[in-house]
Amino acid sequence: MSPLSLIKVAMKALFRNRMRTFLSVLGIVIGVAAVIAMVAMGEGSKQSIKDQMTSMGTNAIIIQPNRDRRGGVQTESAVSLEEEDVIAIRNEAQYIDAVSPMITANGQAIVGNNNSPTQLSGISSDYLKIRNYEIEDGVMFDDDADRMAKVCVIGQTVVKNLFPEGNPLGKTIRYKSIPLKVIGTLKSKGSGDFGQDQDDVIFTPYQTVMKRFNATTEIRQIFCNSIGEGYAEKATEEIMGILKERRQWTKPTDPFRIFTQEEMITMMTNTSDMLSMVLTVIAGISLLVGGIGIMNIMYVSVTERTKEIGLRMAIGARGRDILLQFLFESVMISLLGGLIGIALGIGASQAVKAILNWPMVVSATSVVVSFGVCFVTGVFFGWYPARKASNLDPIEALRFE
Amino acid sequence: MGDETVHALRGVSFDIHRGEFVTIMGTSGSGKSTTLNILGCMDKPTSGHYILDGEHTEKLSRDALARIRNQKIGFVFQSYNLLSRTTALENVELPLLYNSKISAEERHHRAIKALEMVGLSERMNHLPNQMSGGQQQRVAIARALVNDPVIILADEATGNLDTRTSYEIMSIFQELHSQGKTIAFVTHEPDIATFSGRTVTLRDGLLKKDVINENVQNARVALEALPPPETFDEEG
Repeated sequence: MSPLSLIKVAMKALFRNRMRTFLSVLGIVIGVAAVIAMVAMGEGSKQSIKDQMTSMGTNAIIIQPNRDRRGGVQTESAVSLEEEDVIAIRNEAQYIDAVSPMITANGQAIVGNNNSPTQLSGISSDYLKIRNYEIEDGVMFDDDADRMAKVCVIGQTVVKNLFPEGNPLGKTIRYKSIPLKVIGTLKSKGSGDFGQDQDDVIFTPYQTVMKRFNATTEIRQIFCNSIGEGYAEKATEEIMGILKERRQWTKPTDPFRIFTQEEMITMMTNTSDMLSMVLTVIAGISLLVGGIGIMNIMYVSVTERTKEIGLRMAIGARGRDILLQFLFESVMISLLGGLIGIALGIGASQAVKAILNWPMVVSATSVVVSFGVCFVTGVFFGWYPARKASNLDPIEALRFE
Repeated sequence: MGDETVHALRGVSFDIHRGEFVTIMGTSGSGKSTTLNILGCMDKPTSGHYILDGEHTEKLSRDALARIRNQKIGFVFQSYNLLSRTTALENVELPLLYNSKISAEERHHRAIKALEMVGLSERMNHLPNQMSGGQQQRVAIARALVNDPVIILADEATGNLDTRTSYEIMSIFQELHSQGKTIAFVTHEPDIATFSGRTVTLRDGLLKKDVINENVQNARVALEALPPPETFDEEG
């Protein structure tokens, strides 16, 4: 039989049992749609993690004292970071183009009756570059001229909380009773579904925090910016070298921990990958169940049409012709289910994106793969019923009532 | 089937010549069906030979037998065995679908011709459930003709029909015979056998009689001799 005739015969048989076809198609539709939507969800969350990480600065490197703990007990006192480390890195490191310490103080920012429970971040002006912040109004403080100055630059959330009437420039914020003059505001970076609000920040020179708020010379973190993508590892080694050399460090353990944004992205996307894999496997199981549905319906169909099979064989159909006829039927069910499922899956992803505002990214791979899986499902689950049909004895089959 | 070996046929031997119209008679259990299955290449004899159109069939594979059935044999069954929800024309085209040498155009053309031969040119696009039993059997005959077979095998082809319609069908077979077709017609009704030129009678797996019918009845004449049909018998 020619492929065209086979398709025609299969279509006819499927159309004859519309309800039954519809139900078996539905099994596949749900399976495929679930796979597509799940993958879209996984890809979407991965993409959004990446985007947010990028907005925090892709090349950022964070240095922290290595608090070596065993069983929850700190075994030796941590080596702390100092201002001299910042200067050393700034002067010596070649793979680094921006360095900023980060010292925080906690409290309430107060303006009149308004307050904002925002952390105070003591930084140097390089921090803007490392974390991709931009000035909207006013100016950034100068590292030399504004050493220990009682000035600050605030994010949009703080502007909203403290200055609902707007125009915060030149006004004064009281933070732990210390007045800080607002000299600049930051452009909004928006807040994603993950992490903190990046606009809920108050920046002030780090010496201001060290001397006026915390009264310490200890620096909790140093932020650096590597000169470009792919230099994170080299930069890390270089920084560690500089820091060890300054301390003539000889112990086998590292005195500091250095995190790179690249590592963080990989870590986060790995977690997300695993999650989406689990989701996809669950969705895949529903596709399997759909396949079993096809197999079931094909068995029923073969039994029901035993007489027709007998007749076709009597007038010259070979086993192969019968096999192909039933195989085409199951493949058509699964491909039809696949097509509708893909459309539904994409539609559902878009709907979730629009209504729930979740990040959904439909990947072309998931569409192609699930269509392929559908084809395989049709062949695999149609094979045994079709073989059963093709092995029938024409005499017996014709006698079947 | 059961585990017991039953010899349905024992040492039966006969020839059917080109252009003959033979009826094969016998009661149930006589071996008729087995004979027909072997003649139709649906079954192979456990021993002995069956030579169809010069071809030894007993050693052929399943696929080769399918090809012979497709190209050399035309089947007409007692219960018509038409595909439901499929038009008369498509039913007749069916055997040709399994012959890759025949184009869609030729298939269509030949099916129309076959339907014309059985007098159904008006009902080509009717579905089986829109036709009477006699008409359905005529579609089945057209389907048996369409591949221009070496032999047409009819298995109790009038078994489901009333006398009148049976005679109509027999007149079609007689006409085909007159055009040179070879026909083997299995029946257990003696009056049907009178329309053929030769009757082979089987009993208990043995060939009991093989007689030439000197006085062949004309089915059309017999049909006209029947009392006129009552109105509720009118079909179609």
